[in-house]
Amino acid sequence: MTVVARLTDVSRIYPPRAGHAAVHALGPLSMELRAGEFFSVVGPSGCGKSTLLDVLSGLAPPSQGTVEFEGKPVAGVVPEGVGVVFQEDASFPWLPVEDNVAFGLRRQGMDAAEIKRRADFAIGFMGLNDFRRAYPSQLSGGMRQRVCIARTLVLQPRLILLDEPFGALDQQTRLLMGDELLRLWRETSATVMLITHALDEANLLSDRIGVMSARPGRFIDVVETGWPRDRDSRLAERPDFGAVTSKLWSLLRTESMRALGQGAVAAQ
Amino acid sequence: MTAVRTLRGPLLLTVTLLVAWQLLHQWAGDTALTAPLPTLGHLWEMIGQKRFVPHVTETGLAFLQALAISWIGGVGIGVLLGGHKLSGEVAEPILVGIYSLPKITLYPVILLLFGLGMSAKVAFGALHGIIPVALFTMNAVRNVNRTYPRAGRSMRLSPAQTAWHILIPATLPEVFTGLRIGFSLTLLGTMLGELFASQRGLGFLLMTAIDLNDVQTILAIAVLISLFAVAANSILLAIDKRLHRGAAA
Repeated sequence: MTVVARLTDVSRIYPPRAGHAAVHALGPLSMELRAGEFFSVVGPSGCGKSTLLDVLSGLAPPSQGTVEFEGKPVAGVVPEGVGVVFQEDASFPWLPVEDNVAFGLRRQGMDAAEIKRRADFAIGFMGLNDFRRAYPSQLSGGMRQRVCIARTLVLQPRLILLDEPFGALDQQTRLLMGDELLRLWRETSATVMLITHALDEANLLSDRIGVMSARPGRFIDVVETGWPRDRDSRLAERPDFGAVTSKLWSLLRTESMRALGQGAVAAQ
Repeated sequence: MTAVRTLRGPLLLTVTLLVAWQLLHQWAGDTALTAPLPTLGHLWEMIGQKRFVPHVTETGLAFLQALAISWIGGVGIGVLLGGHKLSGEVAEPILVGIYSLPKITLYPVILLLFGLGMSAKVAFGALHGIIPVALFTMNAVRNVNRTYPRAGRSMRLSPAQTAWHILIPATLPEVFTGLRIGFSLTLLGTMLGELFASQRGLGFLLMTAIDLNDVQTILAIAVLISLFAVAANSILLAIDKRLHRGAAA
């Protein structure tokens, strides 16, 4: 089994600021992402899930420990081959859809014909053909998130990191977007790591699910789902589907209560 | 059809204004308000006169210099204050305070500082325009969605590429609104500056006409300045709207 990314004894500590003590947000934790797998991370709110993604992607350096992508160290710069989709709407409101999608490739100085070919593919793949000239403000939240996914997809990432990308969407749109994500994962053979707080979503989409503790986030357990690669949201009808969600919740219940306690202390 | 539709509004406005002017003239009489047609004729005549040109040039030059200071200085100050949280928090109430001050009360000080003539007018115009430009720019920089530069980094943009391709387009609509408001206020400030203690310019002509009770000239100059202000503002507003189309929900 090839390992795409590896974190070894990684911690992230935010230094003290005026009026605030240092925050130990993450770790120390170690993990491996296997080539081609769909890995999700669930955990109580504020446990450092997003920090984990920042450190793994190279958007933030680890305070301690090492991060590797394809065998090379990652240090504060996002490596070529890694794509990130954010929780917030990151589509650029000043650009129409097709220019949003082509944005990253244009900055790389790629040849125009190749940019067009790749952007056309990503726009078609995400079902945005009718909205090529539309501005993000003319699109729904779900469509905007598709634009962001297409913008990452054109870069042909081998590792796609998604930070609660469907958090702001309604339940039905979430299910449909999950199916699209599965299709994207199957057809591109990329490795995917998804941060989510929705246990059903993690269950449905993933090969493996890392369950994190309350802050500072560590992995309590990694649950293997054993679902077939060719799957979609109808998986939830399977009789054994609920068992996995139940297992995730039983692992998380105590941690979530601890996190609530932390929130109450922090609010005082 | 679309040309008719876009022109209908301004055309209707012009006709309404002319009719209102005519009615007001009939009520107030020639001593207070001359009729529109003779006044416009007088303006046309004035524009044709050689001695009129230096006055327009003087006002135009003063305005352009004040505008350059307002725009460049305002954007510069705004970027610095927006980028540095503490400085912004300290400076904002001061700027808002100066902004709401009737700056004409400071004009004697400006005159003493800069002397009679061009530089006092420029300073007074810039004093009016620079603050709104700085305030709008500061807020634009502060309110940049933090996810945009993060997205830029995730697409491996250099800091220079992030500045040029993300930060500038992200702040431009709001900065431009500041520039538009700065334009109007700079014009106001420059004209006010010309009304007092100046020896040339449209403001000086206006004051001379007031002394001579030359109502037709007063109105002719007012029309000229209004035409310029309205035309320029329409262009700036059109650009402003175009820039904001992405942000409009």
